[in-house]
Amino acid sequence: MKLLFERSVPGRRGVCPGPSDVPTSVNIKDDLLRDRGAALPELSELDVVRHFTELSRRNFGVDTNFYPLGSCTMKYNPKVAERIASYPGFAHLHPLLPQLRMGGMLIQGALAILHEMDVLLREITGMGGFTMQPMAGAHGELTGMMIMAAYHRDKGNKKTILLAPDSAHGTNPASAAIAGYRVVSIPSDADGVMDLKALKAAINDEVVGVMLTCPNTLGLFNPHIREICDLIHSVDGLAYYDGANLNAIVGKARPGDFGFDIVHLNLHKTFATPHGGGGPGAGPVGVRDHLVPFLPVSVVVKRADGTYALEYDRPKSIGYIAPFYGNFGIVLRAYVYILLLGKDGLARVAENAVLNANYVRCKLKDHYAPAFDKLCKHECVFSTTEKMAANGVHAIDIAKALIDRGFHPPTVYFPTIVKEAMMIEPTETESKETLDAFIAAMIEIAELAQKDPEALKAAPVTTPVSRPNETAAAKNLDIACLG
Amino acid sequence: MEFIPHTVEQQQEMLSEIGLTMDGLFADIPADLKAKSFNLPAGLSEMEARSRLAELAGKNSIDLTLFLGGGFYDHFIPSAVYSIISRSEFYTAYTPYQPELSQGTLQAIYEYQSAICRLTDMEVSNASLYDGGTAMYEAMMMALRITGRNRVIIDDSVNPIYRVMIHSYTRNLQIDLEETHCTDGLADRNEILDKLDDQTAAIIVQNPNFFGCIDDFTDLAKAAHEKGALLLVSCYPISLGILKTPGAMGADIVTGEGQSLGMPMSFGGPYLGFMAARKEHVRKMPGRVVGETTDREGRRAFVLTLQAREQHIRRDKATSNICSNEALCALTALVYLSLLGKEGLKETAQRCADKASYAYQRLTAIRGVEPRFKTRWFFNEFVVDLPCEAADVFARLIEKGFAAGFPLSRYYKKMENSMLICVTEKRTKQEIGMLAEALESVL
Repeated sequence: MKLLFERSVPGRRGVCPGPSDVPTSVNIKDDLLRDRGAALPELSELDVVRHFTELSRRNFGVDTNFYPLGSCTMKYNPKVAERIASYPGFAHLHPLLPQLRMGGMLIQGALAILHEMDVLLREITGMGGFTMQPMAGAHGELTGMMIMAAYHRDKGNKKTILLAPDSAHGTNPASAAIAGYRVVSIPSDADGVMDLKALKAAINDEVVGVMLTCPNTLGLFNPHIREICDLIHSVDGLAYYDGANLNAIVGKARPGDFGFDIVHLNLHKTFATPHGGGGPGAGPVGVRDHLVPFLPVSVVVKRADGTYALEYDRPKSIGYIAPFYGNFGIVLRAYVYILLLGKDGLARVAENAVLNANYVRCKLKDHYAPAFDKLCKHECVFSTTEKMAANGVHAIDIAKALIDRGFHPPTVYFPTIVKEAMMIEPTETESKETLDAFIAAMIEIAELAQKDPEALKAAPVTTPVSRPNETAAAKNLDIACLG
Repeated sequence: MEFIPHTVEQQQEMLSEIGLTMDGLFADIPADLKAKSFNLPAGLSEMEARSRLAELAGKNSIDLTLFLGGGFYDHFIPSAVYSIISRSEFYTAYTPYQPELSQGTLQAIYEYQSAICRLTDMEVSNASLYDGGTAMYEAMMMALRITGRNRVIIDDSVNPIYRVMIHSYTRNLQIDLEETHCTDGLADRNEILDKLDDQTAAIIVQNPNFFGCIDDFTDLAKAAHEKGALLLVSCYPISLGILKTPGAMGADIVTGEGQSLGMPMSFGGPYLGFMAARKEHVRKMPGRVVGETTDREGRRAFVLTLQAREQHIRRDKATSNICSNEALCALTALVYLSLLGKEGLKETAQRCADKASYAYQRLTAIRGVEPRFKTRWFFNEFVVDLPCEAADVFARLIEKGFAAGFPLSRYYKKMENSMLICVTEKRTKQEIGMLAEALESVL
């Protein structure tokens, strides 16, 4: 397909600003101006609309196909949230207004939403206070690490080691390292959860804390989770909960009750805001009461007269991590979602997400090699069987064959501790019919892996491109058409 | 309102097929770890939710006439932008890990990277960062990696919101961050050159700067390079319709806030951090990058590339922890730039400058309203000194329906009477005239 730039016709115009109602004055001296116009495409509005419509048809989304991408919680994104986010009363608000005298009274609706989300998320997680500022999950992790650092600085602790399991999302060690910590990886035990013995051996006074996902990336709930938090607390460390997998337990169990000190939530996962092709997301961070003073500024407070205001005078705060109040448009969508589902609806989210994952797990366990053949939470992980491996069939081949059958593949080759991993997260919004069709396709592919492995190697054949050469892309780097 | 398709019968059927009960599905959570409380309100219907949210939206005033900018702008957004980005094939997809079914997103990101390079006159761009502030922070970290040094000079004419963010992010790190003080609205060359030495990793400046003043940093690029340091420039993408580009000035890394490219102000986000750099630095760049390649039949194809820099591969050795970025906002910016095109962007930028110039003349004609700086070169924002506190004037003008500007005392000492006034192409001659009258009436 042609690039936008290749469709350009010199002199063609799209959207024009129209005639000016003020005099055109050459008010900027020449050597401060660019010598030629930016080489942007010259297209009509219809050219642009056709181009992007054609591009959109080269995408799978949740609205077009089942998307069981493990650890990503690709559930349905309710349309009403999109509609509400576009209300002019939300979309057209200048973020500086509440920071100016008289301005705060003009955006009480927006501040109310931020405050109510804080209250709702506290109850959902069992934490003492939230910031809505982090603009993605990994940004929440970094914020959490900065809070951890501020806590230790405040206590005069000079510690540097952060513990994380070997099954952790890659963002966990990356966030800790960027915050200035050294990361020590703790192996998983035979049950697929953090090895308690290894943890005990690694714990010492140098430890700032631990970062954990629970259920973890294998979909397993760690029964020792409270003991782990207690162990960390025994050396004045903090326990950080990566909330990427909260969909599995929302309404059933709360990280605050487990003993965690800091959590982040991915609103684009559990709370159904769209993933946008890779963002924007939102990663609010919640902390236990004693860490509330460290939260980023500003903080939305409700005053005695029922009005809302921004508070800045927080001397222990880690400061500013976002320009304003986070991805407000995303927080708003998640707020709408929580209002729609309510208490019972959210609990049913976890029930049906876990039901669907276990249904898929049980139906596929005789056809693929389960990483752990036991009850899972929101997702289940399989490997290729030995026979498949003997036939040269890899997880990637199964993924590509699924594409031809109309399904987005599971997450493959993660978690890295499972060989040829296929991580399946169906989510609660998928019907039994969809799951059955997916299961049938997976079984058919497993059979093909025995009978005709070459057919899998040929996949996908229904897509505009097939198995692009990624090595060549990195070697002969072409990442911009400069014209 | 729930979004769960199973009927009770289907649930039972599924449970019995796998030999479990609903409670059994959670049997792995020890009893003492079950939720101690889950006291949320009951769910709402869509109709109830819309009415509740419409009421909250109604408590936000949107009929103010905005002359408030400060790095976040009220620009016109063509209808086609919203139509295109509302296609759910784009917005309900995730990070394009499977290239065969993500060519739409991947090609769009490649085109976005190309458009950002063309706009800034740089050679490489990433797929987006969260916002202009985190983009500047990431650029600073990148400069430290490239140079192996730990001293950074940042001028105080850089957006103060970004500067406070950088201070927060670097508190736990061993970075020597020095702030220089602009003189008469422009970066003070003497002070910067005085501080620049062979331990300096980067100089960070902004154009137009926070006061709207236009500078040319060619001299600073040269001076930085002579010391083995990098020049980091933050810029306002609309202004690049007409202004000299950071690339032409010799900048090494360029960042900025992309909100003005088709995104509503949305009370602070989602926005778009963009980053472009010279090609030699591409392997030190943070964030996702899309590259062009061919598939096994030789067809043009796009893939995520240089992933060996990223957290999912390199973990604690990654160039950044970023995973989800602002992909849909990058698409928005690309669609906006395509709809305006080469001439449209230039005209929009010129219109902003013309209207700001007109407003400058109208406002500084008022007795007691004086231009703050000698420089005549500003883009679409300028600073005036008022005869009294700017914050008071702001409050008085709110009552007359104007968000008249940004009182600078919030971030700058000795600027109690100074107001930063912004004019985009959306403001009419009539509105500017009404602001002038209102301002005169409250002084």
